Amino acid sequence: MLPVLTSLAVLLVTGLAALIAHRSPRAATALGAGGAAAGSLLGLVPALGVLLGDPAISLRVPWQVPGGAFSVEIDALSALFLFPIFLLSALAAVYGAGYLWPSRTTRSLGPPWFFYNLLVACMVLVVIARNAVLFLMAWEVMALASFFLVIREHEKEEVREAGWTYLVATRLGTAFLLAFFAWIGRETGSMEFDRFSRHGVFSPALAGSLFVLAVIGFGTKAGFMPLHVWLPEAHPAAPSHVSALMSGVMIKTGIYGLVRTLTWLGPPPAWWAWTLIAIGLSSGILGVLFALAQNDLKRLLAYSSVENIGIITLGLGVGVLGIHTGSTTLAVLGFAGGLLHVVNHALFKGLLFLGAGAVVHATGTREIDRLGGLLKRMPVTAACFLTGAAAISGLPPFNGFVGEFLILLGSFRGASVLPAETAVPLLAAIAGLALIGGLAAACFSRAFGIVFLGEARGEPVAHAHEPGPALRAPMWILAVACVAVGLLGPWVVRALAPALEVVMGTPVASGEEGIPTGPLLGVLLASLLLLATVALSAAIRRFLLAGRPVTESVTWDCGYARPGARMQYTASSYAQPLTSLFSVFLRTRRVAALPEGIFPSGASFATETRDVCRESGFRPAFERLSRVLWAMRWLQHGRVHLYVLYIALTLVVLLVWKLG
Amino acid sequence: MNLGLETILVFLVLANIVVLASSRLTACIRAVAAQGIALGIFPLLAHDAALTARVLLLAAGSMVLKGIVFPMLLSRAARDAEVRREMEPFVGYTLSIVFGAAALAVALWIGSRLPLPRATWSPLVVPVALFTLFVGLFIIVSRKKALSQVLGYLVLENGIYAFGVALALEEPLLVELGVLLDVFVAVFVMGIAIFHISREFDHIDTDRMTTLRDWTRRRRAPGTALSGKGEAAGEGGK
Repeated sequence: MLPVLTSLAVLLVTGLAALIAHRSPRAATALGAGGAAAGSLLGLVPALGVLLGDPAISLRVPWQVPGGAFSVEIDALSALFLFPIFLLSALAAVYGAGYLWPSRTTRSLGPPWFFYNLLVACMVLVVIARNAVLFLMAWEVMALASFFLVIREHEKEEVREAGWTYLVATRLGTAFLLAFFAWIGRETGSMEFDRFSRHGVFSPALAGSLFVLAVIGFGTKAGFMPLHVWLPEAHPAAPSHVSALMSGVMIKTGIYGLVRTLTWLGPPPAWWAWTLIAIGLSSGILGVLFALAQNDLKRLLAYSSVENIGIITLGLGVGVLGIHTGSTTLAVLGFAGGLLHVVNHALFKGLLFLGAGAVVHATGTREIDRLGGLLKRMPVTAACFLTGAAAISGLPPFNGFVGEFLILLGSFRGASVLPAETAVPLLAAIAGLALIGGLAAACFSRAFGIVFLGEARGEPVAHAHEPGPALRAPMWILAVACVAVGLLGPWVVRALAPALEVVMGTPVASGEEGIPTGPLLGVLLASLLLLATVALSAAIRRFLLAGRPVTESVTWDCGYARPGARMQYTASSYAQPLTSLFSVFLRTRRVAALPEGIFPSGASFATETRDVCRESGFRPAFERLSRVLWAMRWLQHGRVHLYVLYIALTLVVLLVWKLG
Repeated sequence: MNLGLETILVFLVLANIVVLASSRLTACIRAVAAQGIALGIFPLLAHDAALTARVLLLAAGSMVLKGIVFPMLLSRAARDAEVRREMEPFVGYTLSIVFGAAALAVALWIGSRLPLPRATWSPLVVPVALFTLFVGLFIIVSRKKALSQVLGYLVLENGIYAFGVALALEEPLLVELGVLLDVFVAVFVMGIAIFHISREFDHIDTDRMTTLRDWTRRRRAPGTALSGKGEAAGEGGK
């Protein structure tokens, strides 16, 4: 336990030191980024140790807070989440040092590093806490630290608005969690997590209510579909390394909380599995559809996070169905797929956000339609972004494929042996996952194609250049990790076994009933064949072209007399066939001034896809609430006397009521 | 029963009534100062046990601060800000005395019901402490001048102090020391702040200082934010 506590101490102390040293940008960056990287690497050691089979380590120190105790434990499940947290935090810290450096002239670098290190420390504490009070405190500070990171550029109206949306969403989520922990704590008579799990069987109604509270509370953080509204606002507003961290690992703490909750609530009824699969399908399909329709690169990535959270939840749903039906294969494959996707998504979404950050860094815009042709100017960023895009689309030989493959494999196996009524959600999962994969491929071919291929569409690209080594190195490492996890699939999945045992509560064997090594080896073989084919094709191309003149020409030069950048596909036009097919969900707004007359003078066309949940769900609800609460405004008059009177009266009335 | 202590308790009540009834700030400051000195004697008499150095130190410190330093600071602030009287309070002086009588009754009732960890040496001490507390709160609520509010704050602290000494153990004294330090800083800061406010605005009427509240009557155009947070977001940008 000592290395992790040391790592926490290093994070907090260096964060504080960076805040104190805020006058010197150099010192703040060195302390903040250096401390975050050092602390993360320090914590990575025990996390990897437990992940690879060391026994769980725990520590419990009594605490003055009522119901609270500083009890922490690293078991395999915690370690599985600690690994991406530490890895991505270290890499994003290095990246952030380079990313924030140019802004040192306009504002201090102390606060962002303080909050960054605080955020990392709290994420770590959230996944190792074994006491509800400690957990909730870490959870809240995590939300607040990330809020302050999001509103770094608070002079912009849209950043402030994003910050408020995030703050309100996360507070509402915590309200449900507070109710959840208060309730389960009252039932079990303790706030310690091990008492929750040893409590035995809850009554079905109680377990169901707790499950719903946990799904809403943790789902708000994770970004389940109707509750996801803060994600597409907060991620674009935050600095890119923070977006990577928030999207890559912070929202996963919601998944962690949900998985941990499942270990307390006893044997799951079928409707839990149905609920999780339904949430997974809606988040996955709608998330990727909205991602497809976005014109802002980071907003696109944020929606894609919703999609991937959907895939993870789908895996969890399949796993819960496996436990419910007593089918170990189904449970192992579902949970393994979901949990592996947690790690995978941290890798490739971190990579993509860092890549997007490099693009923003170089061009100063997030508008896809103003970019283009960056491949020639930023080849390293483009290669890394392409790796991430292929991985997130679930294509072999990258890591995204392995996780989705496990979920699909489990669903197929389950659907073929289980009775019809249990097989239906599995069939839905298969169909949904296939749809998500196809749409994701379309979405990311669009993102990569419009941003990096073709010709420059606007002024911003003209001065674009490859970022410095501090920005490139983290992207390289993540890209290599994406390939490595993809190629080492069978062994990586085997390393999940201890975590699966924590989730399922039963030992997990490898072989036909447990971890499916056989099919994964098959996948590996196919991946290697694919790589060999690519290498062979490249060799043949080189052989054929050897000795012949090779010239480079303008893109889109096929037959046009004077090709221009405006003749290319735009982001809207590339997505149009799919967005119009799904227009019933997307409700894309079009503003068009079509060409008129024989000699049309000017024309324009613009599309905008706003979030339907936000526009038609939350906004009217909040406006109605605001109108109702407007009646209470007279209480808020600004007279200090009367505020004191409120407080005094309340206290006296409470005293009298208590004594009377 | 201890005659000296009972006398001090009665004195506390009377000082409270002076603060409630007087419009002259100088008189109020003096009453609060006298109250502070009386309270300083309190632990000396209340402790039938040995007079430890700590008790003596606390008594001396509290008397010096409450009886001399605070009144001086406040008098100077009053002189600098050129205020002598509390004109037009929210609640008139007659009504204030009526409130005082009612508060005393409530305090007596609560004192008779309040479960205490240990018996006090006089049945009157808890009601008097509560009464002082109520009066302090009332002064804060009902007076306009910032100076009066500082006085109310001091009276409130006196009440807390009396309560602490009533249940005097060693620990509350330690806590008291902390509170005393807080009050010292608070009065110091308020004294300076009042001076600056009066120089800036030519008055120290707190009822006219509502500009900094976090709500104004304007509403923003719809569609710029999830409503309900919009105003706050707008304010944040100032």
